[in-house]
Amino acid sequence: MGITFLLNGETVTLQDAAPTTTLLNWLREERGLVGTKEGCGEGDCGACSVIVQDGDGTRALNACILFMPQLNGKSVRTVEGCAAPDGTLHPVQQAMVDHHGSQCGFCTPGFISAMVAAHTNGATDYDDQLAGNLCRCTGYAPIIRAAKVAATQPVPKWVETNVPPKAQAHDMSPTTVDDLAAAYEQHPNATLVAGATDVALWVTKQLRDLDPVIFLGACDDLKTVEVTENDITFGAMVNMNRMRDVIAEYHPSYGEMIRRFASTQIRNAATVGGNVANGSPIGDNPPALIALNAMVHLRKGNAHRSLPIADFFIDYGKQDRAEGEFVEKISIPRQVDRLKVYKLSKRFDQDISAVLGAFSVTVTDGIVTDARIAFGGMAAIPKRANAVEQSLIGKPWNDNTVAATWDAWEADFSPLTDMRASARYRLTTARNMLTRYFLEDIGADVSVLEVSA
Amino acid sequence: MSIARPLPHDTAQLHVTGAARYVDDIPTPANALHLAFGLSSIACGTIADLDLSDVRAADDVVAVLTADDLPFENDVSPSIHDEPLLSDGTVHYLGQPLFLVVATSHLAARKAARKGMITYEESTPIFTIEDALAANSRFEEGPRIYSRGDPEQAIANAPHLIEGTLELGGQEHFYLESQAAMVMPQENGDVVVHSSTQHPTEIQHKVAHALGIPMHGVRVEMRRMGGGFGGKESQGNALAVACAVAAIKTGRTCKMRYDRDDDMIITGKRHDFRITYRVGVDDQGRVQGIDFMHYTRGGWAQDLTLPVADRAMLHSDNAYHLPHVRIESHRLKTNTQSATAYRGFGGPQGMVGIERVMDHIAHHLGMDPLAVRQANYYAADGSQSTPYGQTVEDFVLHEMTDQLVESSNYHVRREAIAEWNAANPVLKKGIALTPVKFGISFTLTHLNQAGALVHVYQDGSIQLNHGGTEMGQGLFQKVAQVAASRFGVDMDFVRITATDTGKVPNTSATAASSGSDLNGMAVKIACDTIRARMAEFLAEQHQASPDDIRFQDGNVHVGDNVLTFQQAAALCYQNRIGLSATGFYKTPKLAWDRIKGEGRPFYYFAYGASVTEVVIDTLTGENRILRTDLLQDAGASLNPALDIGQVEGAYVQGAGWLTTEELVWDGKGALRTHAPSTYKIPACSDRPDIFNVALFDNENREDTIYRSKAVGEPPFMLGISALMALSDAVAACGDSYPDLNAPATGERILDAVQKQQGGGDA
Repeated sequence: MGITFLLNGETVTLQDAAPTTTLLNWLREERGLVGTKEGCGEGDCGACSVIVQDGDGTRALNACILFMPQLNGKSVRTVEGCAAPDGTLHPVQQAMVDHHGSQCGFCTPGFISAMVAAHTNGATDYDDQLAGNLCRCTGYAPIIRAAKVAATQPVPKWVETNVPPKAQAHDMSPTTVDDLAAAYEQHPNATLVAGATDVALWVTKQLRDLDPVIFLGACDDLKTVEVTENDITFGAMVNMNRMRDVIAEYHPSYGEMIRRFASTQIRNAATVGGNVANGSPIGDNPPALIALNAMVHLRKGNAHRSLPIADFFIDYGKQDRAEGEFVEKISIPRQVDRLKVYKLSKRFDQDISAVLGAFSVTVTDGIVTDARIAFGGMAAIPKRANAVEQSLIGKPWNDNTVAATWDAWEADFSPLTDMRASARYRLTTARNMLTRYFLEDIGADVSVLEVSA
Repeated sequence: MSIARPLPHDTAQLHVTGAARYVDDIPTPANALHLAFGLSSIACGTIADLDLSDVRAADDVVAVLTADDLPFENDVSPSIHDEPLLSDGTVHYLGQPLFLVVATSHLAARKAARKGMITYEESTPIFTIEDALAANSRFEEGPRIYSRGDPEQAIANAPHLIEGTLELGGQEHFYLESQAAMVMPQENGDVVVHSSTQHPTEIQHKVAHALGIPMHGVRVEMRRMGGGFGGKESQGNALAVACAVAAIKTGRTCKMRYDRDDDMIITGKRHDFRITYRVGVDDQGRVQGIDFMHYTRGGWAQDLTLPVADRAMLHSDNAYHLPHVRIESHRLKTNTQSATAYRGFGGPQGMVGIERVMDHIAHHLGMDPLAVRQANYYAADGSQSTPYGQTVEDFVLHEMTDQLVESSNYHVRREAIAEWNAANPVLKKGIALTPVKFGISFTLTHLNQAGALVHVYQDGSIQLNHGGTEMGQGLFQKVAQVAASRFGVDMDFVRITATDTGKVPNTSATAASSGSDLNGMAVKIACDTIRARMAEFLAEQHQASPDDIRFQDGNVHVGDNVLTFQQAAALCYQNRIGLSATGFYKTPKLAWDRIKGEGRPFYYFAYGASVTEVVIDTLTGENRILRTDLLQDAGASLNPALDIGQVEGAYVQGAGWLTTEELVWDGKGALRTHAPSTYKIPACSDRPDIFNVALFDNENREDTIYRSKAVGEPPFMLGISALMALSDAVAACGDSYPDLNAPATGERILDAVQKQQGGGDA
């Protein structure tokens, strides 16, 4: 499809961009811009990070899982375009030289891109900004030192002034949800591409050919967030960083979980709709949304329907979604915040959960009056802990009640053993998460992330 | 003087602008071809039928090669010719290259490589240590045994007997640049090879054998790697040989790079180990006698398993005098990736063994583990020797430990942690101080040699070349600092060029931390040869003595006359003085018998010590490193900034090995952790919150380059303090010894905690 974008400040128009050619391959193989590196081809190492700017601002994205049509109407800056036209280094680049932030140098272009994006945005949560960039040489300390020094310097003009060009129109890249509904009804076999953080792996790792493909990125009316007295509603195309910003205010623990959800680059691309729609049993949003009693709103053509999100997940790889039907919105009822979300993974950042537990237990006068508990990683689908909930409701909120749920866990879950964790560990920690929830509720310190030396 | 200055990496500016070129970035001719291997999907058996018709028919495929199509040797082993490039009909592990696709694009080659229709006759694979022992499947005829004194009697006589077993996982190198090679055919059947390799001479050698030509027909060039860590010592052979064979066959440039998943599935990793120990100690915790058993899985081919396992044995003492000792080492052959070199080369595994013993002794006797360690340290006076009979002449760990104890406030923090733990039921902290004594030299003595080639041009600019390779460690900069200092000029006079087998022949791998020691010396010798010629000529011109000629501050001082270095070079050129020289260096004093386990395998030792504090969650096993203090002996550092960079990075990599980095194979022998989505190296926030790193003020007692010490591998083992701190935290949950295995994932920590709490299985 025809696309127009800016590359390091220069307008590029492609009349026929293949839908599944990645930006990384195009840069390296077609454009000869080999500064951007392939480290993994799945968005997990950040060596391919580039800077993308549009009306929504500046963000780092992984070029290895970014399809060319997603760039239509945007501005792309690669490591080659971070220095000034006269060769003056960007403050981030200079600081990385001065503070020994590179050793083998292979991850460095990706770090530079992620750091320039963070610098442009004035972000100083360096560990989170760089969680998606792996470095095997330095141990990260000098990179953070460099980032801190660069933060004292202003954003250079050549990075800040980057006006994106007008996008080319295309049937398979609708600009409204109505057009999307029409296009998908017409091509019900199409692959919908939201952020491509999952679909791109079908191409880069499974080597699949996808055709046809509908890109959702231009549907601005799918990117809205609406907060009313009754609900918080996210359009399906709201990315995970935006969702984090919104949800953190109402459910801080959910926000904290999203901080650890993949990486900045992935969260800049990944959407809440995509994370729900792909039905992964280890997606991190669904358990939290189930615990919050969220609704998923589906659309097919002009037909709309809504259902509790827990009912959307039927079986492994199977969701309650008809051909040509898509997730339009997710809504969360406003409620008193009782939610805690516990993400357990081998590594804290940028890791798929072994177990993700979401708990919302309502206690009135010392008695449990309601409980919504859901897990990822414990079954073939994101699943509610019905027996555990029943075992709690009506009981006094104390450690005996927590201990008495013991048998209910096995009634609810028989998890698998895989490379992330054993079945036994999963079941044990799921149980222990309820203990953690209880202890946290009564004021105990339970998070290693909040301890210092 | 350029020596000892904290200069940035020589190509830092190119790194940050994306201009530093790696093998896959070199522009290829328009008609270049791209290669991919078709891999086995079983771990053990034979190929009954190899139907490649769909592969050949796939889009953009130019050729498909099997073992039968190889013109000469079908071998990419660095050791005993047991590693066919393409399967000879036998399958030894899941992921073994069976056939080679040559296509017009990388993607086309990858797609076609998945289309092979292969029928196997499967045999029972050997995966575990138990499997291998039962089948007597091993490298070498039997276990290697090194011993001294009478350990059995000493253990029997000792007041305390302690026994245990430690499981240590392997480690994926995860260099950010996956393996890559490109071969350009030349006239006369020669080839030029670009290979991401730590060992260009080995690539040259294997390519020459595969093509049936002498080594002079193969020129290997290597400017930089995107990380190596040992993973590019031998594992690049297959790609370079495949490209060479295909390039000669097609007459076109051929390039191959592994997709990350392929890289992790095909190539070798750090050796995993099981170490069992029986140790007799006195009431002060001093080891009277000790008996170690090492079992390591070497994978399907021998590769470098023997020297790796040897080095594990040679580091079974670490910093401790073991008067009566026996170490038995089993090198097992299994149907898994062929384990290979990885930073420390077995040393870390052997060292974790004895550190576990120290920790266990302390727990048994109710002592501070640091006190037990110090009680067992080698004497500082050089009166003691290692189990293999090398005198420990320069043992500086007493002083280093004192310094680190003070700078890290170890004792006060240890008490504070005990109080904190008493007040916190869910979270527990732990702290540990561990030392490192690491032997420097290749244990295969003949590898301890290096060459250099230095040119001074008539404009005074200097070009230098040596046999070492740059993988990020800053070797080129250190060596350039040596050259600049020999000629007394600024660094911008010196240009370092790509490692090239056509410039310096018969090089050893850049490995064993030897890069600066060997190549720095070779460059110094070459520079001094040129300098002596220049001095002799200038002295003659000015009726001075060559001894009075000084090269400094960019000038050459001849008595009262001062010439710029450029003027001196021009004058020498005009007077027909040779301004190019080679340098050759071999490490002195080495004498080692690896069969007997006796002699002096190491020129010297590099020392270090680290303190790590951690916190664990007793409900989930989640854990974090809170603070780390490191002190490393780099001798008189050639470049303290680069050395500190090595120390910081090595610690995090070492801690990663022992915590989150877990390799998991399924029951079929398929590696399930074959991408960064499933194999977790440390991320940014995993580095310690507080991270203090210092170099110990020391000079190498041996005559190394400017009295510096090797720094590539030794600090990797500083990461051991993280494992021991975790063990300390687990120990705070109960009374028994934690027996914490590595990697200490959340799951293993939780298991250990529950054992402490008497819960056992949940």
